[in-house]
Amino acid sequence: MQHAITERQGASVLSLGGEIDLSNSPQARKLILAEIKAGNTLAIDLSGVSYIDSSGIASLVEGYQKAKSGGSRFGLVAVSEPAMKVLKLARLDQVFPLFASVDDFLV
Amino acid sequence: MNSEREAVIRVRDLVTHYGERQILKGVSLDVHAGEIMVIMGGSGSGKSTFLRFLLGLHQPTSGSIELLGQDITQLDSQGMYELRKKMGVSFQGGALFNSMTVGENVQLPLREHTELDDATIEIMSRLKLELVNLGGFDRLMPAQLSGGMVKRAALARAIAMDPRLLFFDEPSAGLDPVVSAELDELILKLRDALNMTIVVVTHELDSAFKIADRITVLDQGDILLVGTVEEVRNSDNRRVQDLLNRRPREEVIDPDAYMARLTDTPLNEL
Repeated sequence: MQHAITERQGASVLSLGGEIDLSNSPQARKLILAEIKAGNTLAIDLSGVSYIDSSGIASLVEGYQKAKSGGSRFGLVAVSEPAMKVLKLARLDQVFPLFASVDDFLV
Repeated sequence: MNSEREAVIRVRDLVTHYGERQILKGVSLDVHAGEIMVIMGGSGSGKSTFLRFLLGLHQPTSGSIELLGQDITQLDSQGMYELRKKMGVSFQGGALFNSMTVGENVQLPLREHTELDDATIEIMSRLKLELVNLGGFDRLMPAQLSGGMVKRAALARAIAMDPRLLFFDEPSAGLDPVVSAELDELILKLRDALNMTIVVVTHELDSAFKIADRITVLDQGDILLVGTVEEVRNSDNRRVQDLLNRRPREEVIDPDAYMARLTDTPLNEL
């Protein structure tokens, strides 16, 4: 799994790439929760994700729930096809705020 | 279509016995990554035995069984333990622990095999229950579920770890047609979304034809045919057609062997 955090117009953009599975989803979770704990607006860019298992999805769910309860903005951006298939399998495409690009998220 | 794809299950010349009785008579089979392979056959065809050997529950008389590139007939118990983390199994009876809630049953493999945070494990297990249409049932005890629900909960547990290989023993047995059709849909979705390789043992023709990429027809311990749904439907093999048309088999009797069995006398002493 690759990751990078950048800042755009006051929002944090966490880009995740490669395979997110049991071995590295705890790391993704930590990155997500740290941003939310800091009260940051968070866009997670999933365009480079080639595989995500349910532990990765669970980390996104937990992040979204914490962001909601903390009152900060959260969104998934440019979700890759393999990641979208998994979201759809769990019907989470109807739950997460989804955006085609970071620009769309920032509007 | 599958010839260039990687074989994640590779069985060669598998011969097995229960006691003196030979059950599998030299079975060879490849299952490719992301493929749904249905193993069919009548009672006594050897299909359940074949599954048990694929799971490494018994040591064969001869032959090899490679799963994800490792020959399980040669693996030590530690190696098998590691490999089993990548395998999910849903048995006919469900086999949930009755003293645990449904949610705890699904969480069990994750607690046993991973160091994931509790919050992650709990969301993962609820996700899996959602997938099998048991959302919100995590706090119930298995005894409070119907037979079909137990079966679905067992499937949720089997996929708890997002296994690369998923094995199903008679997924539709005892389920009503609607639940059974939903389960077929779910099997297809799991393959598509998580790219699982799935082996299903069943004698339900409708289900087999709906989900299979390829079907292996076993009969009396031998492979009669491996082919696509179309190839199996169009097969002119009489035993395959008997199975498809639910005709009782008309075996030619060997009178001496029959007498030997009835009287428990060795053939050469008759």
